[in-house]
Amino acid sequence: MTVRVADAASAAKFPILANGLVEDSQIRQNVRHATNVIQNKRARVVAEQHDWQQLRESASKIKEHTLQYLDRYLEEFESACIRAGGQVHWAIDADDANRIIVGLMQNAIEKNGWTREVIKVKTMTSDEIGLNHALKAAGIQPHETDLADMIIQLGEDKPSHIVVPALHKNRTQVREIFARKMGLPELGEKPQDLTDAARNYLRDKFEKVKIGFSGANYLIAETGGVCVVESEGNGRMCLTLPEMLITVAGIEKVIPRQQDLEVFLQLLPRSATGERMNPYNTLWTGVHEGDGPREFHIVLLDNGRSSILADKESRQTLHCIRCGACLNACPVYSRTGGHAYGSIYAGPIGAILTPQLQSMKHSQSLPFASSLCGACYEVCPVRINIPDVLLHLRGKVVERQQNSLSRGVSIEAVAMKAAAFIYAHPRLYTLGQKFARVAQKVLVRKGWIHWLPGMLGGWTAVRDVKQLPDEPFREWWAKREAAKRDEPMEKSYGG
Amino acid sequence: MADNARNTKEIILSRIRAANGDTAATVFAPSPERDWQALPRAYQRKGELGSAERVQLFAERMEDYNASVSHSDEVGLRQAISDALNKRGKEIIVVPNGFPEEFLPLGVRVIHEDGFDAAASAERENVITLCTVAIAATGTVVLQHGVGEGERRLSLLPDYHLCIVRESQIKEAVPEAMDVFANSATRPTTFISGPSATSDIEMTRIKGVHGPRFLDVIIVR
Repeated sequence: MTVRVADAASAAKFPILANGLVEDSQIRQNVRHATNVIQNKRARVVAEQHDWQQLRESASKIKEHTLQYLDRYLEEFESACIRAGGQVHWAIDADDANRIIVGLMQNAIEKNGWTREVIKVKTMTSDEIGLNHALKAAGIQPHETDLADMIIQLGEDKPSHIVVPALHKNRTQVREIFARKMGLPELGEKPQDLTDAARNYLRDKFEKVKIGFSGANYLIAETGGVCVVESEGNGRMCLTLPEMLITVAGIEKVIPRQQDLEVFLQLLPRSATGERMNPYNTLWTGVHEGDGPREFHIVLLDNGRSSILADKESRQTLHCIRCGACLNACPVYSRTGGHAYGSIYAGPIGAILTPQLQSMKHSQSLPFASSLCGACYEVCPVRINIPDVLLHLRGKVVERQQNSLSRGVSIEAVAMKAAAFIYAHPRLYTLGQKFARVAQKVLVRKGWIHWLPGMLGGWTAVRDVKQLPDEPFREWWAKREAAKRDEPMEKSYGG
Repeated sequence: MADNARNTKEIILSRIRAANGDTAATVFAPSPERDWQALPRAYQRKGELGSAERVQLFAERMEDYNASVSHSDEVGLRQAISDALNKRGKEIIVVPNGFPEEFLPLGVRVIHEDGFDAAASAERENVITLCTVAIAATGTVVLQHGVGEGERRLSLLPDYHLCIVRESQIKEAVPEAMDVFANSATRPTTFISGPSATSDIEMTRIKGVHGPRFLDVIIVR
């Protein structure tokens, strides 16, 4: 099994990518503008929903419960979906999923003589497994139909946000891409012009292409139903007009019952786009006689999810409903944009999801791409404690490095071990303080240290250090306690 | 299912079981049913507004997302439909099977669902439907594509959708609206909240991308 999250394994480290991006004032401006607008809209509609905290509580508990019984709910979903005329496939990793999906399409195309094309609804999972590469390699042309995904596909770009993948592009940049790729030199740059261009460009694709492809927001175990939430109507087109529909969904997308949907359909739109409800939700169950595709396949994807489940402290990562609220709220994301994360899953959730999907073998810099301010946790509709998970994962990264790097002889590891020993032995600690107080004398300028030698210089390169006080707290405390003991006893009983 | 596929399923399920191995669920007699019943649901499941306020909230929320709303009673419905179509300058309308035709205004060219040809441009213009339930809090109509609602593409391909909602169909909160179709949950279901829209370019909300660009609602007393 080889888990792959798009090309995250070969991406440069976060600080390197971020360094380049924060220099790009256009990207910073676009990202800042977009995240501000969504955040304000979200705040307004969340304030209006007075049972918001109760909804979060329920959502978090439903997800926790589902994960605990995930095997049962997946099997329940499978049998219900099959009963309703759907076909269920299981994929262990990205390659497995691509093989299944491409195989299904190849067969159908050959059997029915359809054109070698597929219309796609926005799905992050498809990006995760790199489906478009696999399709093109098999000679099948994918058409992204979500406006932002079209901008990414036509611009040969990468998504930078879970919900609004092209938010790093402004209207002028979008116009340039559309004008070039659609052959429309006269195209205006008003959002309305650009939207109309997308509508015209895709109309005949919707009519002619026989295969639709989607992700899923929710799989309902009880009924075998699948729910897709969208805005533009491109989703409805792809889900209802083609002859054949294939859906890919991570195994964590299952929810127990139809009734649970009432919780998530209240949380997701308000969190994702700041709308009370997004324009369209489509809910279908298998195949519907006389309405929509005649053949429906769903591919249930593991790709590293079951290994996240095994970690008790971080399995809450699998609660995620991909609303993107944590990206918009994150002070790091709003400055670097999504491409700094080197993963299609950017921002705080990406920083915990991407390395974990890859069993912590890649993207190890991501858990450090946070100031741990907690804004992500506050806005998370399913209450994932992202700061906690980040810290947990930082621990794991350090542990891995210590184990792999020359077995504990890295200077940092030795220093950390020495420090641990000294902290555990108060006399040594006191002695160390005394020594440091003497040693610092040559470095202190007016109470501050501006330069430290050797490895410690990394710290003083970007900040100054206050000098150690003449009398440390421990000595002051010891003196104070000693003085108290000399005072008369009754005083400590007060009046 | 091929052997290979069955094998993959077993691998995934056994990985999940191993991951969950030492959780309380398997130590004590596991009961997803009982645990599910015990999940906290302290959020609001039923609305609190009186009927007039509920209808008003629905109208406001619908309009907030660019749908136009008018009111009528049963007797005046044919006139109300006629007015809505006139206002938009519409003379042709696609009508789903089972739609009560006595409410269709005279002088409007009617195309029935059975004869609907997705490729013909006239039929891509306008559609009139009933709905299964409506949600006031979110400004939503829900279609289950049954009698009078049409199959899914019928309310998708046309540029203009006129939806008839009875006051008794309007529920205040999302959960109580979803209770209405709990027993028919496996029917194809579409939630429609305003005309199609996108905010993908600079977060500017643009009305009408691929679905209908115009949505009108007539609320019937």
